[in-house]
Amino acid sequence: MLRYVLSRLLSAIPTLFLIITISFFLMRVAPGGPFDLERPLEAKVMENLNKIYNLDKPLWEQYLIYLKSVLSGDFGPSFFFRDFSINELFAQSLPISMQLGLSALALALAVGGFLGVIAALRQNKGVDYSVMAVATLGVTIPNFVVAPILTLILGVHYGWLPVGGWGGGAFVNMVLPVVTLALPQIAVVARLTRGSMIEALRSNHVRTARAYGLSGYTVVVVHALRGAILPVVSYLGPAAAALLTGSVVIETIFGIPGIGRYFVQGALNRDYTLVMGTVVVVACFVIIFNLIVDLLYAMLDPRVRFD
Amino acid sequence: MSKINENTVLEIDNLKVDFETNTGMVHAVKGVNIHVDSGETVAIVGESGSGKSQTMMAAMGLLAGNGITHGEVRYRGNNILGSSIRKLNKIRGAKVTMIFQEPMTSLDPLYTIERQLCEPMVEHGEYTWATAKKRAVELLELVGIPEPARKVKAYPYEMSGGQRQRVMIAMALANDPDILIADEPTTALDVTTQAQILELMADLQKRLGMAVVFITHDLGIVERISDRVYVMKSGEVVEEGNTKEIFGNPQHDYTKMLLDAEPTGSKAVVPDSNPIVLDAKDVRVEFETETGFLKPNHVLRAVNDISMEVREGQTLGIVGESGSGKSTLGRAVLQLLPTAGGRVVYLGNDITGATKKKMQPLRKEMQLIFQDPFGSLSPRMTVGQIITEGLLVHEPQLSAKERDQRAIQALEEVSMDPAMRNRYPHEFSGGQRQRIAIARTMILNPKLVVLDEPTSALDRTVQKQVVELLRNLQKEHGLTYLFISHDLAVVRAMSDTVMVMQKGEVVEKGLAEEIFSSPKEDYTKELLAAAALKQHKPGNQIF
Repeated sequence: MLRYVLSRLLSAIPTLFLIITISFFLMRVAPGGPFDLERPLEAKVMENLNKIYNLDKPLWEQYLIYLKSVLSGDFGPSFFFRDFSINELFAQSLPISMQLGLSALALALAVGGFLGVIAALRQNKGVDYSVMAVATLGVTIPNFVVAPILTLILGVHYGWLPVGGWGGGAFVNMVLPVVTLALPQIAVVARLTRGSMIEALRSNHVRTARAYGLSGYTVVVVHALRGAILPVVSYLGPAAAALLTGSVVIETIFGIPGIGRYFVQGALNRDYTLVMGTVVVVACFVIIFNLIVDLLYAMLDPRVRFD
Repeated sequence: MSKINENTVLEIDNLKVDFETNTGMVHAVKGVNIHVDSGETVAIVGESGSGKSQTMMAAMGLLAGNGITHGEVRYRGNNILGSSIRKLNKIRGAKVTMIFQEPMTSLDPLYTIERQLCEPMVEHGEYTWATAKKRAVELLELVGIPEPARKVKAYPYEMSGGQRQRVMIAMALANDPDILIADEPTTALDVTTQAQILELMADLQKRLGMAVVFITHDLGIVERISDRVYVMKSGEVVEEGNTKEIFGNPQHDYTKMLLDAEPTGSKAVVPDSNPIVLDAKDVRVEFETETGFLKPNHVLRAVNDISMEVREGQTLGIVGESGSGKSTLGRAVLQLLPTAGGRVVYLGNDITGATKKKMQPLRKEMQLIFQDPFGSLSPRMTVGQIITEGLLVHEPQLSAKERDQRAIQALEEVSMDPAMRNRYPHEFSGGQRQRIAIARTMILNPKLVVLDEPTSALDRTVQKQVVELLRNLQKEHGLTYLFISHDLAVVRAMSDTVMVMQKGEVVEKGLAEEIFSSPKEDYTKELLAAAALKQHKPGNQIF
């Protein structure tokens, strides 16, 4: 088990290396630089800036310098937020985004899973149809529509919840962004759970469980749901990545100081180090989540073994 | 109304089962009366679709969601049909238990054997988890699983099909039931395993004294184990009575047909002057099992130095249980799998390891028919398209009209209505699909046909028809068959020579007549005993 985890983490190193290399050079291929403003800077100032940020050196040397600093855990200074290093920016914003994303993921799993199971148990009845209709709506309506509507109703009209701001992660501040972020994922999880649950309920071993007079809970949860949850577990990896990147819109609408806004600002301002930093962070998350998914999968299904 | 006596444990009274489908009501069971007395073995016999399984499923409240029931099912006088799940659950798993046809999937893959054995014991309140665990080990010992204390911790995927079926039997016995309902419990198993499971069930019944309801399509089993028989056909019981009476003096035509359904006859001898079509020497096939980094390569030898010689018009029957390498051998001979050694000569041409290009013209003459009539026809093509697809490759000069003409001929040859060539495979039964598969082969006028379990997925009566069809085609066209099967009755009816395989090796080889009448090797004897073939009636030759 431990060996498996270690080997997986080791095999992530070449992956990360490739990602860094490709995105480093892709960034440089794109025209424009971090200091190209509408009104060009004086040549002397430009020269000094380039010198400070090592932009005057040949590309391969810059690449090596960057690799070296990343290896020592330093993502370098931000080109745009002049007085901050990337590490400082992330230290503030990453925990907020993670809290937001993980809360949304947990909510999506709990609510989506529950709805999916209920729909499967009442297959082709009213409850099933309404859950599936809501799920379809959840996927199709974009969150920049849902967010203002929820804000208007719950925040402005009733005044129950704050319309924006993070408030240091206070519960009331989290409700609206987390719910908005989770809605499409709830829909996907509900659909996935319903589908695999229907299949599981029809399977032979569930028939055995019923034939042996086991209680409804044992049949549905112990025997059907454990197998049915496997496809949902596989979906967790991509879902986590989607929640992390999908928070861009949510963070902007609700004015949350998370990592999301750096995606946009970094890209627009050619802030090389900021973009690279976000790429590496997101890649790490995807890799770690996929590892967690595989471990979870093995925990649920004894047929999957690590050796 | 059937006679009620005190001994009657289960009584099914005028049971009707309907299924609501998109295309209207399907009446699966139409007023069936069955009663089971304590301690007796009752067999319910019928072909697939006769409603025999649905009758028992309905009685146990296990129908699919769209099933509707009428009538009464009384357990010791109390109606349980349509009663609440709570009430049903007091009986099922405790007083009435079931074994299913699919040993591979009837156990939950995610839990240990121990957990699954204990669950019903604890659920029905007779045991605590601790006592149930002890009993689980005892039960495994009872059903003959070696090392029960260790095996009880195993997961189903770590066991063979036969062992899983034993576990199911253990589960069925856990709460000392009055009735054990066995729904085709041996159909998915190899013959020798089948015999062991049947023996085990008979032995346990003798010792524990419960009644057994045996649902099956296999009359050989019925004759061996049951006291009374119900014969079912399209949702109705057409005949019932003592096993001896039914087998000795069947009244209903359908029963007679079922009894007569074992393929009979044998093949006429082919003259030695016929040319040798297939000459294989020391054929060897190896598979590398999954290898990992720094792990030694493990080579599995699926076929180990097997030789054969088949003359034109002959049939070589290749017999063996699953995993014996018989299908692999068939494929290797056709060069569909790479061989690791040996030589294959087809009509004087050495085709060992021939390139795809070199094999291409020969493919027309060397055809293959598969076991699964459901999976081997493309669901999105019409029967006509399926049959003529080979012509597009091998006789591209034909016009669409000529191809259609050939399709009509081919369908007529397999006794199907040519008008059906515009339909899709899902509209046909298993037997019809196998005929379509045969037509697809015959349209190319092959010389050598490898038949890989072509009748295994079919009902006995349909099997008999397909066997006859294959024999007639062989006679008319002088075909050479490699007939791969685990079904000895069918092999006997088809083959000139027989080769018995086990674990990739030939156990015994010889003329069919000799192998079946005086087998030399123990394994062959075991196979024959397990299959319990009827004695050959002399003078029954078809050819």
